[in-house]
Amino acid sequence: MTEFSESFTEPRKKDRVSTFSWAAMIGIPLAAILFQVYVPRFLTFLSYLELPLLVTVYFSLMRRSPIAGVLFGAGIGLAQDSLSSHPLGMFGIVKTLVGYFAASVSQRFDVENPLVRLVLAFFFFFFHQFFYWVLSRALMGEALDFDPQQTLVMAVLNAAVAVPLYHILDKLKGTV
Amino acid sequence: MELLLNRFRNLTVLLLAILAQLVLLAYQVKSNGEVRLIRVWAVTAVTPLARAIEAGRSGCAHFLSDYFVLLDVREDNKRMKKDLDRVQMENQYLRTELDTADRARSLAIFQQRSPSKTVAAHIIGNTTTSGAKVVIVDRGSTSGVEKGMAVITPDGIVGKVVDVYPIASFVMLITDPTFAAGVISQRNRVHGTLKGQGHSTVMVDYVQNEEKLDEGEWFYTSGDDRIFPKGLPVGEATVVRAGKSHKEIYVTPSGFQSGLEEVLIVVEGVHAPIPEVAPGNQQVHLLDPPPADGATAAAPVVPQPGPGSDADRIVEQYRKIGEAEKHVYGERGTGAPDYNLPLDPKPADPDKPKDPSKPPNPPPRNPPPFDQ
Repeated sequence: MTEFSESFTEPRKKDRVSTFSWAAMIGIPLAAILFQVYVPRFLTFLSYLELPLLVTVYFSLMRRSPIAGVLFGAGIGLAQDSLSSHPLGMFGIVKTLVGYFAASVSQRFDVENPLVRLVLAFFFFFFHQFFYWVLSRALMGEALDFDPQQTLVMAVLNAAVAVPLYHILDKLKGTV
Repeated sequence: MELLLNRFRNLTVLLLAILAQLVLLAYQVKSNGEVRLIRVWAVTAVTPLARAIEAGRSGCAHFLSDYFVLLDVREDNKRMKKDLDRVQMENQYLRTELDTADRARSLAIFQQRSPSKTVAAHIIGNTTTSGAKVVIVDRGSTSGVEKGMAVITPDGIVGKVVDVYPIASFVMLITDPTFAAGVISQRNRVHGTLKGQGHSTVMVDYVQNEEKLDEGEWFYTSGDDRIFPKGLPVGEATVVRAGKSHKEIYVTPSGFQSGLEEVLIVVEGVHAPIPEVAPGNQQVHLLDPPPADGATAAAPVVPQPGPGSDADRIVEQYRKIGEAEKHVYGERGTGAPDYNLPLDPKPADPDKPKDPSKPPNPPPRNPPPFDQ
């Protein structure tokens, strides 16, 4: 393996785990959900921005603990379900999976690299949308449409927003 | 077993979390109910923050516009807009009643009726489901709002209440893909089901290809769904074409014309008949000045319910038309009016002989009574 590939597969400090204050862990997801509830009323193009998902991915990556990732995903997903017209559990299940896999990936890659964050945000957005579509059709019987092309474009946009967002959220973290 | 759980601890927690949520989903689907406690907490936590943000935003916007724009103009504009919305709703109802065949009876019925009882609400946010058109309003069960109530604006229907909480409610817009309502067309009286499509245009389904329907025809609520009172405007048909099994009809909703910030929730609905003239085509008549002499002695005098209502103005206009046609509307025994006479007839020349080729006047018929 070259030095370049090693920098992706081995974290600079292998067991670094980021900690956050309780205020940050509650306030940031709440702000993300508020953003999604309020801002698209005036800027409709921002309705495609999945801030709760990006925040779930971020916290799961930084905590590097699959259990923490599961709990983050479930909590944020259920809160998002509470403010939707769908039954509770749809976003909860999908974000639980996202949180688990994001935390699992963080144990193997250097997730502070911007390029890695871009790729992960892209991948998890696509995974989130696809799996939500699968759940809706399989469990709820809703005939939702899944447009791969549009989802790919939205994934790129969300990934582009994720990189600077994560850079800002890095200011709030502590390190163990 | 313990070793297995320790070794696969992460996977175990994941499976337990997913299983718990699946059970929660299954309970909601099976019992057709929902876990209100979690939703009430979430909505109660988010609603005050959303209200505060909206108050801050609108306050800043108002401050800036009041500071840089003329101060009084904004207050006058707000007051006149409110008056205009109220008068538009009254006008719509009045014109519907007056366009029926038995105008006199409609006038008496209208005087006894009262309009629908509504509660004003402010939209404070959207729900988090992308693709769904559900908004949050700042009225809940404490304001008398109940699930299933219709939500309208003076321009037309907007949606219906799908969830009610103490201080907020969820309103599904008519553009939501799962929305449906019973509608009827204005000219051809064709019944259909209005369905949202997830964007600004809605469609009317279940109209047979054989039914006659024109582009530009207005749709109104039919009252069949028992949610929307009958007679509320829905929108204008922009596309009408034959489909495979049913007509393809696309309608532009009229309720969103003035934007969607404040809405009215119908607490007690009153059904109204479908108007004969579409809202956009109704003429606004300007009256002539009242006659100087007492020319109203022969005509039945309409009691004035208020200072110059639309009903009074239209009755006055028909009285003048009757004068020009030498006919008193509502008086028995005088026969039908001579519609060939011009409305401003010149006095006839007594020396000019009558034309024998002209057909005689039709036999008199009993006109409909014009009760006052």
